[in-house]
Amino acid sequence: MMRLPWFDYRAPKSIEEAAKILAWEGTGAMLLAGGTDLLPNMKRRHQMPGTLVGLRNIEDLKRVSNGNGLRLGAGLTLTELLAVRGLRDRYRGLAQAAAQVATPLLRNMGTLGGNLCLDTRCTYYNQNYEWRQAINFCMKKDGDVCWVATASRRCLAVSSTDTAPALIALGARVKLVSAAGAREVALDDLYNNDGIDYLKRKPDEILTEILLPKPAGWKSTYWKLRRRGSFDFPLLGVGAAVKTAGDGTVEEARLVLGAVSSHPLVIKTDSLLGKKLTDDAIAEIGETAESRAKPMDNTDMDLRWRKHVVADFVGYALRELRGDDMGATRLRIAKQLV
Amino acid sequence: MSTGKRLDVVGKPRRRVDSRGKVLGQLRFADDLSLPRMLHCKLLRSPHPHARIESIDVSRAEKHPGVHLVLTGKDFPIPFGIMPVAQDEHALAPERVRFVGDPVAAVIAKDEQTAGEALGLIEVKYQPLPTIATPEEALANAETRIHDYGEQGNIHRNQAYEFGDVEEALAGSDHVFEDTFFYEGNTHLPMEQQASLAAVEGDGKLTLSSSTQNPHYLHRQLARVLQMPASQIRVIATPNGGGFGGKCDPANHELVVSKAALILGRPVKICLTREEVFYQHRGRHPVLMRFRTGVTKDGRLTGMHLQTLLDGGGYGSHGPASTFYTGVLTPVTYELPRFKFEACRVFTNKPPCGPKRGHGTPQPRFGQEVQLDKIAEKLGLDPAEMRLGMVTKADALTANWLKIGSTGLAECIRKVVEMSGWKEKHRKLPEGRGVGLACSAYMCGAGVSIYWNKMPHSGVQLLLDRSGQVSVLCGATEIGQGSDDVLAAIVAETLGIGTGDVRVHTGDTGLTPIDLGSYSSRVTVMMGNAALQAAGRVREQIVAAAAESLEILPGRVLLSQGRVFSADDSSKTMSFAEAVTLAESKFGTLGAVGSYAPPRQPGRYKGSGVGPSPAYSFSACVVETEVDPATGWITVPKIWVAHDIGRAINPVHARGQVIGGVYMGLGEALMEEQVFRRLPAKLSGALVHRIPSMLEYKSLTSLDMPEVEVALVEEPDPNCPFGAKEAGQGPLLPVMPAVANAIFDAVGVRIDELPITPDKVLAALQLKAEGKPPRIGPGSFPNVPYAKAMFVLPPWEGGDGNESTPQRAIAGAAGT
Repeated sequence: MMRLPWFDYRAPKSIEEAAKILAWEGTGAMLLAGGTDLLPNMKRRHQMPGTLVGLRNIEDLKRVSNGNGLRLGAGLTLTELLAVRGLRDRYRGLAQAAAQVATPLLRNMGTLGGNLCLDTRCTYYNQNYEWRQAINFCMKKDGDVCWVATASRRCLAVSSTDTAPALIALGARVKLVSAAGAREVALDDLYNNDGIDYLKRKPDEILTEILLPKPAGWKSTYWKLRRRGSFDFPLLGVGAAVKTAGDGTVEEARLVLGAVSSHPLVIKTDSLLGKKLTDDAIAEIGETAESRAKPMDNTDMDLRWRKHVVADFVGYALRELRGDDMGATRLRIAKQLV
Repeated sequence: MSTGKRLDVVGKPRRRVDSRGKVLGQLRFADDLSLPRMLHCKLLRSPHPHARIESIDVSRAEKHPGVHLVLTGKDFPIPFGIMPVAQDEHALAPERVRFVGDPVAAVIAKDEQTAGEALGLIEVKYQPLPTIATPEEALANAETRIHDYGEQGNIHRNQAYEFGDVEEALAGSDHVFEDTFFYEGNTHLPMEQQASLAAVEGDGKLTLSSSTQNPHYLHRQLARVLQMPASQIRVIATPNGGGFGGKCDPANHELVVSKAALILGRPVKICLTREEVFYQHRGRHPVLMRFRTGVTKDGRLTGMHLQTLLDGGGYGSHGPASTFYTGVLTPVTYELPRFKFEACRVFTNKPPCGPKRGHGTPQPRFGQEVQLDKIAEKLGLDPAEMRLGMVTKADALTANWLKIGSTGLAECIRKVVEMSGWKEKHRKLPEGRGVGLACSAYMCGAGVSIYWNKMPHSGVQLLLDRSGQVSVLCGATEIGQGSDDVLAAIVAETLGIGTGDVRVHTGDTGLTPIDLGSYSSRVTVMMGNAALQAAGRVREQIVAAAAESLEILPGRVLLSQGRVFSADDSSKTMSFAEAVTLAESKFGTLGAVGSYAPPRQPGRYKGSGVGPSPAYSFSACVVETEVDPATGWITVPKIWVAHDIGRAINPVHARGQVIGGVYMGLGEALMEEQVFRRLPAKLSGALVHRIPSMLEYKSLTSLDMPEVEVALVEEPDPNCPFGAKEAGQGPLLPVMPAVANAIFDAVGVRIDELPITPDKVLAALQLKAEGKPPRIGPGSFPNVPYAKAMFVLPPWEGGDGNESTPQRAIAGAAGT
């Protein structure tokens, strides 16, 4: 089997202690928040941290609190997240996204914070060391060319988190804590459109909490395209949320695409405002989204097709939000009702 | 069976004999084995698709703490290969590497981690060579030879046969259909990665325990490569966690750990990583095919000209057989008066292709069955009725001189038509939904061995003693297909005991009689017949002793459910163990052997050895699909399959095999592909496997499977034990074309290549919307320099099974 490189393992019991270790260790340390992605990546020598700081013993990272909205500890496993009371009713898009991450076994290990900080993915990158040696490596690790588009100056690895598009659509903010203090940012502002430098999290910061506003008047959904309904990273994620007046007129809307860029791609929804979610309005924003999406040939399935179906998937999401019964379509695509 | 008695074991659904160990995790796969003082091996593999090795410096690796041995190509001067005509591999490449992943050196160290570290200290200087990525490139660049043997250039094998004058038949047909198809390569994806453990025993002999399907062939190759007498080597086939053909070839790592154990005198183990399994490969050949098929206006075949082009990868493997198999079984399903096939396998700089479930036949079966659907469409015929009207008959010969034996194909078609509601669905479902039907046939064991010999294909030995214990020994290999259970069942049925009373020892060349291995769906028939013979012989001794004791005629003795008794007087009875004691007293130590060799086949022409089988299984399948016209997204809600198994030895298990075949077929139909990536030539010479990972090589999971309704059609075959034919490979074959035909029925587009993905369906729908032919598939067929076809007259044209001269040549000669 592939073996892990050597590393020191630290298991702090509090956020403060973890922050101190990070401050002390500097960039040589990485946080382990489930490890379902990081540990396989370490076996392929994508990351070789001298120190892993395991977060699983920190009780505070599991905390869930209601108040002015919902605060979710970043250390909740995705399975624990799905068990949070009221989540499905009030923040349906997040529940649908979390329920479609990987498999039940991986959701039992993987955490919400880990999914938000998930390394970007690329078929030139998610390979073991020997394979990458055979292509003389790539810009993201050990090399200098982006093989997806050799003229590209930046890495085109794909943002593959399911929960981020859903959470951005819900207006989430995240809390980042370091030894020097804490700050809150809009989740959208956590990400860079760069496959290498994809997070604005500083190396000494810990993503501790996800803060969701009150859902009053909002409805949300998440649709995921992948080859197999049982498994697989997204080839397209559509996180959508709308706030409508009593007559169905859209007052506010958010639409975020996953897996078609190096960051969650926020689509402007101006064209929906003041309108009802008619077929025409949905088709119009679907076309906008399709034109903005830039899938590359670095993940599964044909890239032109992946771009083509963006409008369809945006349509599924918005039709579900307007109240259409999308159960049959959901079953065909996801093989499950989520 | 001579008595014709009611069957107690055969045909009853039972828990298989190895199930307990499997579900409790007790079964020991190769990687579960561990020995004192065991060392670990890792292989250094080529990062280049094609290169000359200029030098290898292992001195730093040898000095690395914990390293015991470093081996390179110079330690393996003798080449090997599964086929006698393709001995083109070395355990470690001596001077050339032919694909990314070709092994060049091995490190044996105290643990896997240390061995892996030391690999990085080996310095190999490569001189890169031009690379060949596709068959078209292989044909166009004959001067860049990947091997210096073969037919010419990069053509490994060229095979051409003509059974009757096909051009004449096509000229006289009401219609001639010409279609080109492409079947992408794919791999076996067994759950168990290959592992091997070699050790020198106290007596100085070598034992290799390995996840192999064919311990006998591996045994022969070990003796050859290690230059040791075979009698000094023992190969134990550990239970395989899936094989599907991927563990048929002797593998580099098996030879390397054996050599290392001999040198070091310590056990040496290796377990391949998942990526290495993709490099070991030997999977489905990518095949480009052209069919020219003549039909009468009522849809009967008149003649077929089939051309195939196989992408073989870097080595020969089973390639010579694979090439034949893209042709020879094509005429088994339907009456085909004349048949010509031309097949060509080329070398490319990719992992070698070989046998995967269906070996060479799924590709042409896909093309043939999709073309039949097109013919039915064009002629306005029902595809099921058209097929029913021309199925081959029992005991018939085919144009290429294969003897059919029993056939339940017509019944299979009727069954799936009935189960699926075909008549209410086909061409009648709303747009976006459709059903497709396809059929197939497969061998129950290859008629000849991989190497020429006159010895049995399978041997079984039985040992009984006064405890009532029955031990059965056979070289056959349990790869998950249930061969141990079949063996126990046949012995138990014959001796009137339960399978739980039989102790099974299989797949051990030091202990068990030779069986050629678990390939070509041969085990039930060949091992089963050998077991039947051995058990029958022992039964005679038991009957003789019991008859004497019970004072009845031997012919009136029955063995059933652990009792031995009089057919006429149930009070005259004893236990099986008592009868064994009597027999041991009368005859001495009890035991018997049985063996089996397939019957001689009628074909006499050179090359007629590939295709014949003691029996053929048949399958029919209906697939229902739903296609979203906006996205091309495909869903398969249900599959119905009927399989002519002759007789199911264990019906619950047979159904499992059928469903497993359907599962693998559906994966190949919809997503599986072993594909490669070239980088821009100006920047890199790389040619790499696109996705050598379990996650990214897309294969269905159990949750992605639709419901499969299975009908077992039982037409017992006289050549088979209790009439039982194969179930391991055949049921896969009709699935892929049935999916393609169902998609046509749903949305009216033809996808003439596999896998069938939503993007291809959508592209075809766009063509349809533009008024263009709604088809996605290969556009042209390259100019392949096929060999001159050997001409053989079909049986019904006065042939005798030998090569002959075509009438047209005689006429031509007369004309000059």
